Amino acid sequence: MKISEDSIFWKLLLAAILIGVAAGTYGSVMKIDYVWRWNRIPQYFIYQAEEPQKIEFDGTVTGLSQSGDMTIVQLLSESNEASSIEVATVDLKVSKGDELFEGDTIGYLYTINLGPLMHGLWTTIWISAVASAFALFIGLFTGLARVSNNYTINGLASVYIECIRGTPLLVQIFIAYFFLGTVFDLSRNVCGIGALALFAGAYTAEIVRSGIQAIHKGQMEAARSLGLSLPQAMIDIILPQALKRILPPLSGQYISLVKDSSLVSVIAITDLTKSGREIITSTFATFEVWLVVAAMYLIITSVLSQLVYYMERRLSISD
Amino acid sequence: MIKANNVTKIFTGRGEVIRAVDGVSLDVEKGEVVVVIGPSGSGKSTFIRCLNMLESYDEGTVLIDGVDLKGFKTNLNKMRAEVGMVFQHFNLFPHKTVLENLTLAQQRVRKRNASESIEKGRQLLKKVGIPEKADEYPSRLSGGQQQRVAIARALAMDPKIMLFDEPTSALDPEMVGEVLDVMKQLAKEGMTMIVVTHEMGFAREVADRVIFMDEGKVVEVGTPEHFFTNPQEERAQLFLKQVL
Repeated sequence: MKISEDSIFWKLLLAAILIGVAAGTYGSVMKIDYVWRWNRIPQYFIYQAEEPQKIEFDGTVTGLSQSGDMTIVQLLSESNEASSIEVATVDLKVSKGDELFEGDTIGYLYTINLGPLMHGLWTTIWISAVASAFALFIGLFTGLARVSNNYTINGLASVYIECIRGTPLLVQIFIAYFFLGTVFDLSRNVCGIGALALFAGAYTAEIVRSGIQAIHKGQMEAARSLGLSLPQAMIDIILPQALKRILPPLSGQYISLVKDSSLVSVIAITDLTKSGREIITSTFATFEVWLVVAAMYLIITSVLSQLVYYMERRLSISD
Repeated sequence: MIKANNVTKIFTGRGEVIRAVDGVSLDVEKGEVVVVIGPSGSGKSTFIRCLNMLESYDEGTVLIDGVDLKGFKTNLNKMRAEVGMVFQHFNLFPHKTVLENLTLAQQRVRKRNASESIEKGRQLLKKVGIPEKADEYPSRLSGGQQQRVAIARALAMDPKIMLFDEPTSALDPEMVGEVLDVMKQLAKEGMTMIVVTHEMGFAREVADRVIFMDEGKVVEVGTPEHFFTNPQEERAQLFLKQVL
């Protein structure tokens, strides 16, 4: 795509349209009765947990030693057993010589924890990554099977691809979980990853097949005429050329996989989408949460796109 | 050296049955240069592609050094390594450098180590006159240079026979000479060659025997002098009238 030099007008027009869309949306939202509560969202990324520290016996405080923000409370039980508990200094509940009973709160410990959105993000990332690895593997071999002259191998690959491409991913996930998962006693993660891998694998196979078939057949003939076996010719001659060509559609497929992974939330895998749904049930901040979740998916996919763009530029050097 | 007996290749498409090669027999001795000529569609390319089973033939036999290509125990990959082939469109590997094009099959098929194969590769590049292009990618070379690399690539396997499938047809006219020169030199060195070509000058100068094919059949066989000056068959006469 080429952008002309005197594009200032078009840039302004683009900005105007985007601002118009944003303003229109804002105006529409204003008309309905919705209270925005953006302040409820950050805690679902990261939050401070407070854990009350309690004495487990009746006893007395024999000493306090402060070090920085923390204080170590020395305790002596009625049966003369000494122990100590560390708590935050800021809201220490006891002083030296206090008589305490079992279950009294001495103070609090504060820890920084990642919220459900971050856990969901991580789940989405690792499920997508594992599913991608399997899908690439499945797709490569199925793609090779599709260019095979062996009727049985070719037929098996075709049936697999047709079945996967002809049914919705959501239904496949249900089948993987409720049918296969029950019959073979598989965990929900295995079912979810398996369904995603089989789905993306079928599309990858078609991409690989088209990539191989796009290589001029003279390449295979030249390789074979030198005495290379079929696998050698594939590995050394055909696949390196094909993979370079199919990188753009292939990367598109795997970026799609990240988005498609949101469907595994229907079998109760707590990915980013399911985390969003759970947060809504406790905050009722529907608009905010979905916008945030969408932005988080957008960040993952943009990073991946940039990565692919960089790889393509590196690969095109040998042209 | 190479013995083709009654080789027949049948293409079927849309209910039509075409005998692209129809009972061709050919006996080539060691060191002999055989040139196959004929109008396009005469089956000459298909025939020489049968000689290393790039095209599987439907009837007949091909023996190379007495080994049947379709024999039950024949290792076809090993046989192909003995039969070098040069294509009309060069078919160099574009993702590998010139030198890598020459060394790959040496290492994979002949099991030579890296330094051995590189030495052989450089030696052959010198022989075809472009040692300075070793580290270039094929896309940076002219057509004539690419075809010379392709010849070197085939020679790197130390083949017993070289097959040339219209090696100069895709070249610009000014580059035909450099490729033919390499082929002439090979013939002089005693390489056994079967050449499909439209270069009548080459045929006349280098060939020990000329075979004229038409519609899948061998129509006339003879020495170049005999064939070019006094062809017996009407179709050969007609063809020569058009090309000479």
